[in-house]
Amino acid sequence: MAEAHPVGFQWVMEAKRRGAKVFHVDPRFTRTSALADSYLPIRAGTDIALLGGVVRYILDNELDFREYVVAYTNAATIVTEEYADTEDMHGLFSGFNDDNATYDQASWRYEGHSQNQTTRDSETQRETAAGLENESHGAPVGGETQRDETLQHPRCVYQILKRHFARYTPEMVERVCGIPQEKFFELARAWTENSGRDRTGMLVYSVGWTQHSVGVQYIRTGAIIQLLLGNMGRPGGGVMALRGHASIQGSTDIPTLFNLLPGYLPMPHHAEHPTLDKWVDSIAHPGQKGFWGNARTYGVNLLKAYWGDAATADNDYCYGYMPRMTGDHGTYQQVLDMIDGKIKGYFLLGQNPAVGSAHGRAQRLGMANLDWLVVRDLFMIESATFWQNAPEIETGEIAPERCRTEVFFLPAASHVEKEGTFTQTQRLLQWREKAVEPPGDARSELWFFYHLGRVIRERLATSTKPRDRALLDLAWDYPTHGPNVEPSAEAVLREINGYDVATGRPLASFTEMKDDGSTVGGCWIYTGVYADGVNQAARRKPGSEQSLVAPEWGWAWPANRRILYNRASADPDGNPWSERKRYVWWDADKSEWTGYDVPDFEKTKPPSYRPEHGASGVAGIAGDDPFILQGDGKGWLYAPTGVLDGPMPTHYEPVESPVRNPLYRQQANPTRKVYTHPINTLNPSPPEPYSQVFPYVFTVSRLTEHHTAGGMSRTVSPLAELQPEMFVEVSPELAAERGLTHLGWAHLVTARAAVEARVLVTDRLTPLRVDGRVIHQVWLPYHFGFEGLVTGDSANDLFGISLDPNVLIQESKVGTCDIRSGRRPRGAELLALVVDYRRRSGDLNPHYPPQVTTDSADSGPDQEV
Amino acid sequence: MGVRSWFEGWPVYRQLTGTDPLGRGAAAKSDGSRALTARTDTADSMARSVCPYCAVGCGQRVFVKDGQVSQIEGDPDSPISRGRLCPKGSASKSLVTSPLRQTTVRYRRPYGTEWEDLDLDTALNMIADRVLAARDETWEDVDAEGRPLNRTLGISSLGGATLDNEENYLIKKLFTAMGALQIENQARI
Ligand code: SF4
Repeated sequence: MAEAHPVGFQWVMEAKRRGAKVFHVDPRFTRTSALADSYLPIRAGTDIALLGGVVRYILDNELDFREYVVAYTNAATIVTEEYADTEDMHGLFSGFNDDNATYDQASWRYEGHSQNQTTRDSETQRETAAGLENESHGAPVGGETQRDETLQHPRCVYQILKRHFARYTPEMVERVCGIPQEKFFELARAWTENSGRDRTGMLVYSVGWTQHSVGVQYIRTGAIIQLLLGNMGRPGGGVMALRGHASIQGSTDIPTLFNLLPGYLPMPHHAEHPTLDKWVDSIAHPGQKGFWGNARTYGVNLLKAYWGDAATADNDYCYGYMPRMTGDHGTYQQVLDMIDGKIKGYFLLGQNPAVGSAHGRAQRLGMANLDWLVVRDLFMIESATFWQNAPEIETGEIAPERCRTEVFFLPAASHVEKEGTFTQTQRLLQWREKAVEPPGDARSELWFFYHLGRVIRERLATSTKPRDRALLDLAWDYPTHGPNVEPSAEAVLREINGYDVATGRPLASFTEMKDDGSTVGGCWIYTGVYADGVNQAARRKPGSEQSLVAPEWGWAWPANRRILYNRASADPDGNPWSERKRYVWWDADKSEWTGYDVPDFEKTKPPSYRPEHGASGVAGIAGDDPFILQGDGKGWLYAPTGVLDGPMPTHYEPVESPVRNPLYRQQANPTRKVYTHPINTLNPSPPEPYSQVFPYVFTVSRLTEHHTAGGMSRTVSPLAELQPEMFVEVSPELAAERGLTHLGWAHLVTARAAVEARVLVTDRLTPLRVDGRVIHQVWLPYHFGFEGLVTGDSANDLFGISLDPNVLIQESKVGTCDIRSGRRPRGAELLALVVDYRRRSGDLNPHYPPQVTTDSADSGPDQEV
Repeated sequence: MGVRSWFEGWPVYRQLTGTDPLGRGAAAKSDGSRALTARTDTADSMARSVCPYCAVGCGQRVFVKDGQVSQIEGDPDSPISRGRLCPKGSASKSLVTSPLRQTTVRYRRPYGTEWEDLDLDTALNMIADRVLAARDETWEDVDAEGRPLNRTLGISSLGGATLDNEENYLIKKLFTAMGALQIENQARI
């Protein structure tokens, strides 16, 4: 955090000064470790084993916050007897289907539920990254459940959790992660001792967690701990995701993502959502509790925002115009399709996949096989000049005179040359004022897309083709201003917020939205950002003149709420758990919820409210159900549906690992997304032979002085000077083993590529003792490429493409490699080196480790006795 | 210069008699530095902004002089950052005023070996042509069972996390109406 989010880290230091204990878990000792109370080096890719150890420690010692756990989580909920655990199945859950490597989730359901309410089968959910729809809420599930509040029923979630994590002992943590037991106990003790009525503990992660083939389950494990310890919805608690781009949260909420529409509504699927009714029912799930019961309203408001007057009740608000998904249309599938010549045109909008995405060579070869490419950026990035300067020029794989891609480079306006909102990592929208006009031809994306849409609509004005109706009926009248005819960002923000069609009055809250076409709203979770016709995101009341919550600085979704689920900061009766941790509570005199933040609950629903039998939607939420977007109102220790790789997290090895999974016969995530394309070959891993050809673990991350793929930092002289060269950090022990010298050169080899870097020998990396042997890890920054003021080989070239099944994010925080002294070979010799490694690792054909390894009992001391 | 003013100009005198006994502020100031003014004082205008790099969202004040960005500083009012910026945020002025920034449209024709110039309006129209052509060539009305698809898989887009919400909103809206599904950004990475 001190490295990649330095200014956010000031608050950690502030907490430390007031007595908080700070633990840092990382494969490499960083600037964060230097300031922490305790540093735990970990083998990359084993976080679930560590956190699972903490879950076991909590449950074994009964250190959970019992009152919170019983009332607010699904610990007491009883699960069907069809469910079978990884304990009994070598690391698989019940319902595994060998044919397509997915789970039928039916056996995971709650007792008494006829079936899980998801309409899509698991394979379709994986293909469409359906897990992302759950960013703001749990997967659909019926609201009424059977519970045993003594937590003794053998099939209640609490007992299932206990059995599931039974083998995650401190010894096992040490054996899997390489973390000494004393260090583990220090962490587990501090975490549990600093949670409860009077205290809260916070968990912070970043893409070091998401970029794994089990990334979603990493975060699930963290969430389980935080729920068990009562750290959710309370001040000083939570699971904090530190995201890496100025508005990456905004571009998820208002998604430029294939499978989502604004406000986490799913993009329609051709088979599952043929009609508006089917689409909204699949979201609302008749019978489930909570605010997603109003999905129809949110959907209709979006369609009205898109198609304006043309969208009427009679034509289902133009739902028929929506494009339909048939499967995986994600960025990696697209790149493989580019290589295969299926894609004609590609827009790059401030993103540099030639450096920033996994398997850089695949990215560049894909771009070299398009009809046309439009790059909109501040600088000439690698993704614009691949046809001229890519490493593949040297190897002969790309030659300008043979590369057909037509490239348009359009300069973009910078953040000070346009106005608009960024949504930062805690859902806070902040409006930026424009300082100056953009130089020359530079324009905002708002300008480019508004005018592109205008020109396209003009071209089609006389078209009678049905396919063009969606463009011609589009509500595309935005006021413009200035010499560049810039569209008004504020007008767009107002549409996002929503308004009453008849009067034009901006909506103050999504509860004012109607499902009859009389209101419009482009992103229901953002409704309120333009309440009273005032740009709430532009509010700048100084922090020093406000409470710690600072509610008058910017605007947070939803409803300017700063801590989500903050009903949980009060006990079931509505009183603060303690004076110290008072945040939101029930004021019995006024009969309303009140506190320092906007209560995340219906304002006048008393703690004693109990829904009638059969009540659904918002009325189904009891007065002590804080998790109001969950189908059962509870925090999920166990996910009865919606998480495709299991109802609870399980330690699987990374897809490329030098180690046989010490916990189960199942080696890696059996449901991961695999791309079998000739360009995508993977290193062998146990129990396969030849994994020793790639004996070392490598991981990548950021430096303070650079930003992602370097397009905004290697081009900026002060930053380029501060970190001028690509390097690799190795431990003194590994340097001795491989003959590497400090400040000399080394190159790293995988089945995809070889990249070179200057060697930094440092004890920031520690050899780890894992399962009886020494594992060496090396670390590289991933910022470098072949353009800019400072250049170097790209670390992401080393990775293959393996994805998490829930969200289709690639495993690019861990892989295996070899490391050799000296610079890498050039030209054809470089290709020959990689081919030689592939031959030595057993297979010149594209290679994919098996999905299921439960038949292999060869993992040394097999734990499964 | 009289003896008195010479004497009072002596830093040790100022340190012993003034309000700066440690000699770390006003007492140690030279005439040269006293004559300096901060760029922030002489700016024509100031815009309240936000750092464009990571998602912490530190507040920035962007100072403008003669139509140019003259300084970017942390915004002390921000409850998130309290005026602080990290090395990247502090380099924002160098970012936006960098001489390496491209400010004109560049065009590389198929099989071309060099960049060429192109007028912005021409580029916009050429792109519109290509989008419509790619869409027509790859349009899918219905699936094998006759269910609607309304889409093109011939067009892709990547990027959005460095952009404004309003921009992402228009991008998604236009592409959706166009039937272009394959829209992705850094959140997938
Ligand atoms: S100043 Fe640094 S920490 Fe703050 S938003 Fe910018 S990059 Fe992030």
